[in-house]
Amino acid sequence: MKIFFILSVFLTASFATTATTLVVRDKLFSKAIQSAKPGDTLIIKPGYYKPRNVIINKPLTIIGEGMPTIDGENKYELFTITAKRVTIQGIRFINTGKSTTLDFAAIKAYDADGLCVLNNRIIDAYFGIHISNTSHATIVKNYISRTSTENSETSIGNAIHLWKSDHALIEQNRVSNHRDGIYFEFVTNSIIKKNHSEKNLRYGLHFMFSNQDQYIDNEFVNNGAGVAVMYTHSVTMTGNLFANNWGASAYGLLLKDIRDSEVNHNRFINNTMGIYMEGSSRINFRNNEFNGNGYALRIQASCDQNVFEKNNLKANTFDIATNGSMVLNTFEKNYWDKYEGYDLNKDGFGDTFYRPVNLYSMIVERIPVSILLWRSFMVFLLDRAEKNFPAITPENLLDNKPSMKPYDFVSSRK
Amino acid sequence: MTAMLKYVLQDVLRARFVIFYTTFMLAVTILLFQIDGDSAKVVASLLNVALLVIPLVSIVFTTIHYFNSYEFILLLMAQPINRKSVFLSQYLGVATSLCLSVLIGIGLPALVFGAVSQVLPLLVNSLFITIIFVSLGFLASSLTRDKAKAIGISLLFWFYFTLIYDGLLLWVIYTFNDYPLELPTLILSGLNPIDLSRILMLLSMDISTLMGYTGAFFKSFFGSNLGMIYAFGVLSLWAVWPLLLALRRFKQNDL
Repeated sequence: MKIFFILSVFLTASFATTATTLVVRDKLFSKAIQSAKPGDTLIIKPGYYKPRNVIINKPLTIIGEGMPTIDGENKYELFTITAKRVTIQGIRFINTGKSTTLDFAAIKAYDADGLCVLNNRIIDAYFGIHISNTSHATIVKNYISRTSTENSETSIGNAIHLWKSDHALIEQNRVSNHRDGIYFEFVTNSIIKKNHSEKNLRYGLHFMFSNQDQYIDNEFVNNGAGVAVMYTHSVTMTGNLFANNWGASAYGLLLKDIRDSEVNHNRFINNTMGIYMEGSSRINFRNNEFNGNGYALRIQASCDQNVFEKNNLKANTFDIATNGSMVLNTFEKNYWDKYEGYDLNKDGFGDTFYRPVNLYSMIVERIPVSILLWRSFMVFLLDRAEKNFPAITPENLLDNKPSMKPYDFVSSRK
Repeated sequence: MTAMLKYVLQDVLRARFVIFYTTFMLAVTILLFQIDGDSAKVVASLLNVALLVIPLVSIVFTTIHYFNSYEFILLLMAQPINRKSVFLSQYLGVATSLCLSVLIGIGLPALVFGAVSQVLPLLVNSLFITIIFVSLGFLASSLTRDKAKAIGISLLFWFYFTLIYDGLLLWVIYTFNDYPLELPTLILSGLNPIDLSRILMLLSMDISTLMGYTGAFFKSFFGSNLGMIYAFGVLSLWAVWPLLLALRRFKQNDL
């Protein structure tokens, strides 16, 4: 079937005010791009296009009018961008090809400084947006998801994938049902803000070797393994929500080999593990909320000089689990709902210390099946004895100034 | 038999102890709801009551009741009534009234504070535990003719099921730690009604901790229809077998 459609090309050279509208056929999609001059704006009229692979090799602004659909017929990569200052806006991309050797993407860009991807919908792509070696990329308000129920990590790519880039801005995107929601590798000085990442097979956010980045007000919900941050320094994570990441190896936030970072004002709710950290140093955790997690924090003995201050820990089965007796981290002024001390001088902080490591969490650490005796009266007695005279749990892991009341983070942040 | 049951019920419900027990449960539950608005935490605290206080009260009260109404039972025996219906009316009278106490003590506040759906699993488990420990109380009473001794046996039962058994189980888990223990612990937990109902409660309360392999195993088992049938079947069995044993002894022994 021959499909006719309209592709309007507005030729707006940087100073010119004239614009030309062209009517072209399917196979001329690429030709329209060839005939356009650098800096032109192309407006794609509403319709259904099957342009195969479109290579954009000059600075263009491509705007979809009324969400035109571009179909990759499950065979092709859609837009391949190799030029700087390209803008893609308001287009619906569907059905890219899938390949285990080539990372087919709905929008793939390399060496494309100043790339702007706005308001697009990407459905059933292998990779959604795949960017390499690019500075100042802006990815805002895109919706990226898959409808297929195929669930193998090898046949699904990442929704937003950045490699070796810097100064990127990823804001208000909604990504779901991909392998990793947002994937960063060697991406520095970037901002990830107000994104919603849900039901991804592996991580909601996955980043490695990505220094000086900021993660602000994102939501990571129901992902296979939560969020992983690895081999990175100087990261700021503020105001994020990590919720409902359930499973034997699921974490709200996994920190591996991270240093000099800030984790503030985040909420960790109903995760198997709120934060799991190993090999991490000099991270400040302030004003975070941990609620209803299996383990609020699991801090391996390889972590040092981390500061946990003024966090709320409520209704977690275990507050802190660890695997050694060395304690090189500081806990101060946190609110622990299991604290039973008193405050005689009324300064708002308990007069006795609180030991957040539960004996039974150490036993469960060694023998997982013993979790079945949790909440047994005998376990309660063992725990009581241990609390007063620590023999197995790290004696020095304690909060010297536990807060008597939970902090109100909602009003303090606004 | 219905006449006897009515009489026993009247007798038990009028007992000061049952009134005190109901009031105590009511007070504890209301207090917990008032202290903490989070019904999940209320259930966690109530679980301790359900697993410690309810078995203790049920088994000790049953034993005391049996020996207090011993003379009444002897009187009934003089009539042309068979022993089975005398025994069963005693059992049903005590079990019904204690279940009623639990229903009022925990159920009523839950209803008032609008947390029925969260408290319901706990309530069902509490009722099962009540019935089971009333059975065990009758068993303890039938084992001896001395009241003090019977109370001692009751306390031993209670001690065994709440504390000693878990200690042994923990020892088994520790010792055979290198072997896959999921199935053995599943079977072993069935040998203690308190453990079984505790695990059923855990699956609804600490689900995020339990999502490891062990938890997944138990969740998939107890989450299935077969698992539910197994759990409640085993709990029912725990209510029935001590009772049948006690009944047999009651029928055969000299009173």
